[in-house]
Amino acid sequence: MSAVPISTVPASPDPAGDPLVQVRDLTVRFTNSDATIHAVNGVSFDLHRGEVLGILGESGSGKSVTLKTLMRLLPERKSKLGGSMRVAGQDVIAMNASQLTAYRGKIVSMIFQEPMLAFDPVFTIGQQIGEAVIKHEGVSRVEARKRALQMLERVQIPSAARRLDAYPHELSGGMRQRAMIALALACKPQLLLADEPTTALDATVQIQILLLLRELQKEFGMAVIFVTHDVGAAVEVSDRIAVMYAGRFIETGDIRALIRQPRHPYSQGLLAANVLPGSAREGRVEAIPGSPPNLAAVPPGCAFAPRCKYVEERCRGAYPVATTVAASHTVHCILSEAGAQSAV
Amino acid sequence: MTTLLEVVQLRKHFPIKGGLLNRQTATVRAVDGVSFTVEQGETLGVVGESGCGKSTTARLTMHLLTPDEGTIVFDGKTVGSSQMPLRTLRRQMQMVFQDSFASLNPRLTIEESIAFGPRVHGVPGKEARERARDLLAKVGLNPAQFIRRYPHELSGGQRQRVNIARALALQPRLLILDESVSALDKSVQAQVLNLLSDLKAEFGLTYLFISHDLHVVKYMSDRVMVMYLGKVAEVGPVQAIYNKPLHPYTSGLLSAMPSLDPDQRTAAPPLVGDPPNPINPPSGCRFRTRCPYAEGVCAEVEPKLSAIGADRLAACHMVNPDSGHTKAGMALDVPVLPSLMKKTEATA
Repeated sequence: MSAVPISTVPASPDPAGDPLVQVRDLTVRFTNSDATIHAVNGVSFDLHRGEVLGILGESGSGKSVTLKTLMRLLPERKSKLGGSMRVAGQDVIAMNASQLTAYRGKIVSMIFQEPMLAFDPVFTIGQQIGEAVIKHEGVSRVEARKRALQMLERVQIPSAARRLDAYPHELSGGMRQRAMIALALACKPQLLLADEPTTALDATVQIQILLLLRELQKEFGMAVIFVTHDVGAAVEVSDRIAVMYAGRFIETGDIRALIRQPRHPYSQGLLAANVLPGSAREGRVEAIPGSPPNLAAVPPGCAFAPRCKYVEERCRGAYPVATTVAASHTVHCILSEAGAQSAV
Repeated sequence: MTTLLEVVQLRKHFPIKGGLLNRQTATVRAVDGVSFTVEQGETLGVVGESGCGKSTTARLTMHLLTPDEGTIVFDGKTVGSSQMPLRTLRRQMQMVFQDSFASLNPRLTIEESIAFGPRVHGVPGKEARERARDLLAKVGLNPAQFIRRYPHELSGGQRQRVNIARALALQPRLLILDESVSALDKSVQAQVLNLLSDLKAEFGLTYLFISHDLHVVKYMSDRVMVMYLGKVAEVGPVQAIYNKPLHPYTSGLLSAMPSLDPDQRTAAPPLVGDPPNPINPPSGCRFRTRCPYAEGVCAEVEPKLSAIGADRLAACHMVNPDSGHTKAGMALDVPVLPSLMKKTEATA
């Protein structure tokens, strides 16, 4: 296995003290008899309390795997983790089963794209939320039910008292997503991991869930990592954005800087594909040629090189180091290295 | 312009069976009286949320499903009549689906898949294979490299290119694109959108372009049809629909698009609740349960799709001055209905 280049994202200064999440050089490999999949290839970042980080990337970029690793949800035997991950001062990689049980739901919670799969179909919504509260806080059944009701009301489920005794399949798609958010936040976690929570929803429901998440984030003061492939959804909720490609954060920055002045050619192409010209007659879409790399054989150097229109010979040699182009805006591209700014 | 496709009062209800003796217990009113036209050479975009009947409409138009009621006229000839039997229709109208893998036979090579349609329609084998190679080159895949491959050896974007080539193999005049780019990654989606524009110009195609993505529909379409719960809410030229929607649902749908400006985030959702179930759609106007302007008349009388000016149609009591709605005519006067306007807030 080749050495993974180090990519370090400098921490933004935070008067509140240590960051809540510290990830350094995270690598995730999946092995089976045929191949080794290099899903995450050296991700480093800090996340402060109350901050929202949006991870933007296409399928296979490693964004969901990064989230699942933070929750330690990957199958132990088939995945190999490297690097370090600390959340709220605890080493997540070293945790044993009982530590994980205390960690999941209490410190970190996760919401998924498909709530039907996240809920157990044979228990009611109220039972499932209540169970989490009883496990983590040791309260009585009556108390837990009261808390579940409060949570359902908080996520604006109409006639919440009746929905408490509903089974997951009895709720509509948007309602189920709200119920899952209620379940995730029932024990007031410090960090919420959101894995494309609005992708499967209709447009008019999606915006409701995005705004609800933003509101709850402020109210609970929790940190959020929001994974999506939709630039619009990321803009609605994030403070900071990381663009992911082939298992690396290729560009990280404040939401405004990144959306207005993306520096990496991949980020530029991705934004152009999201913000289409007014009509086909007014102009063509700026399309990135080719398709995302095969993670069983990630090319050495910059993984985007085969698709990049600015590619040079040295791009294929080593992965570019992080260049800070502005306060809290870093990019891994030789074009942004000293003396090369004019090219972009 | 001449009308290439005319669909009149299309209706399709799906029975739901269950209970004792497997009797029909309910009906999904998937498409309930949908009429539209597609002009030669234009792209008609169809938008709507899940369950609005846009895919069913596509399948009915293609006669993959048999309509319960309604007629389809292609090129001036009624589909199903002796002048336009299904076999002739299928040669002139082809479809590209969302799932690029499911729509290719896994046991045929790419070349065989593309040549299959022409072979069935009597093109000699050699010529059909030549046509397949030409088309592969046209959709941006090197024929020498791809003809012998099987669908599972291709990426999603490549497979969708093959599906487009397969649809074009019969030299159709109308292509129905049912969420054809929705499953692709954004960077690949952009390539396929460019390809579709190029092919349209080169072959003089007409598109019926179905998508839930409002950005993509705006980019591709000349005219747009908005559907809600099996009904047409509004039809009109793309600029008119996006700049001055007449139906409150269109306003809400457009305002629900996430903001792409970090300084202008959406402050409040324009519509609340989920789209209702098409099994028991609301009486009268089907949008009334979510419409901020709903009144008594909306529950009692179903609004008709009526012409507004030369090129627009909308089904709302507010665009009809005689409907009895207190705000009748209001939608015509303001650019966007006030309570459905996108409210933005500056981020701290």
